[in-house]
Amino acid sequence: MHPFKWGLKKSPWVFHLGASACNNCDIEILDTLAPKFDVERFGIVLVGSPRHADVLVVSGIVNRQCLERVKRVYDAIPKPKLVVAIGVCACTANMFRDSYNFTMPVDQIIPVDIYVPGCPPKPEAIIAGVVKALEKIK
Amino acid sequence: MILGAIKLLILFLIFPGFIFAALVGLFTSWVDRKISARVQYRQGPPWYQPFADILKLFGKEIFIPEGGASFIFLAAPWLGLSAVTLVATMLWQFNVHPAGSFIGDLIVVLYLFTVPSLALMLGGSASRNPLAAIGASREMKLILAYELPFLLAIFTLVAKSGSILIGSVVAFQQSHGMLALSLSGMLALLVSILVMQAKLGFVPFDIPEAEQELMAGPLLEYSGLPLAVFKLTKALLFYTLPLFLITLYLGGFNPYSWVGILGLVIKYVLLLVIIILIKNTNPRIRTDQALRFFWGPVTILAAAGFIFALIGW
Repeated sequence: MHPFKWGLKKSPWVFHLGASACNNCDIEILDTLAPKFDVERFGIVLVGSPRHADVLVVSGIVNRQCLERVKRVYDAIPKPKLVVAIGVCACTANMFRDSYNFTMPVDQIIPVDIYVPGCPPKPEAIIAGVVKALEKIK
Repeated sequence: MILGAIKLLILFLIFPGFIFAALVGLFTSWVDRKISARVQYRQGPPWYQPFADILKLFGKEIFIPEGGASFIFLAAPWLGLSAVTLVATMLWQFNVHPAGSFIGDLIVVLYLFTVPSLALMLGGSASRNPLAAIGASREMKLILAYELPFLLAIFTLVAKSGSILIGSVVAFQQSHGMLALSLSGMLALLVSILVMQAKLGFVPFDIPEAEQELMAGPLLEYSGLPLAVFKLTKALLFYTLPLFLITLYLGGFNPYSWVGILGLVIKYVLLLVIIILIKNTNPRIRTDQALRFFWGPVTILAAAGFIFALIGW
């Protein structure tokens, strides 16, 4: 395996983008990052700047205000990058699909690598999702 | 001539210089993360974690912010890294050959230690990002705060040993015992440990990088290789600053015997434990509190140490 790829696999830094989520998924994401699950074992660290990130974690339905921001944050992340859509809203927009300010699901705006459905998904499911995303690195 | 140049390059790039210091520094930053994790009842990352971080950053895309000063933006990290590498090489060489030091090398080392902070300020200002600019200005204030007590602590040692050569400070300690055992030396060491915490940018003095408010401070716009160089600079500082304190206050080390090497490791681990415990038991303070802290109690302590050294205690 290429050393850079190995590095990416062993140290995925996460940037969390809440795209007008109801905060339920965000709470679960923060739970995942808390000491109980200790994702630093796998080198996962939450970073504040998209320039430092490798994995973009998106939650929520994307409304008109957020649409442009989601695109910009995705462009701000240096390649190679992965996108994980957390929660059924980010995956399919579920019950908000007929809402007046809903635009489109995340995967029609930016390429999504892994979907973690659930309302909200458990921290275990989120970790499993990130691990599956990392398995895509060849 | 050419042989001499090659030897200098090897010194600078391989053994006491870049590669050795980077390996030790990265390993130390793993120790820091592991101990912090254990303090929080976590397992913590595996030993290769800092190496994986750096390797990954080497392979990432490099962004240059639009409208920023691109040359300074890309040059700043290398400036800081080369300065710290030079310090690491010089300190090791002066411990191995105390006679090899030159007049005023203590002052050179002091100036070289401010270069990484300068690089951070330059990079932050060149990146044309308001948050990075705030981080750079906070770094400036922090430097203003800690340089005064740090210089006083160094003066203490100059007054005590009567010389501004690092080599003769080491030689003085070999004949008179380590400086930290005297009252003035102890005060100076205490002040220097606090200053070291600020120079490393660790909690409670991580004001410029302030994760929660400024996201990453001056490093905000950096990605890929330049970011890796900044991380390496920090790792090198993590090795070089304790080595500097060991050289000046704790008697240096004797590289020719196993006892000497063991002593160096013990002193290094002792300083690390102090740094990491301060880091894990304190919240971040505000900029004005940092200024008040360094110009108030710390400067008074350092000045008292200096006066004690003049008296001869």
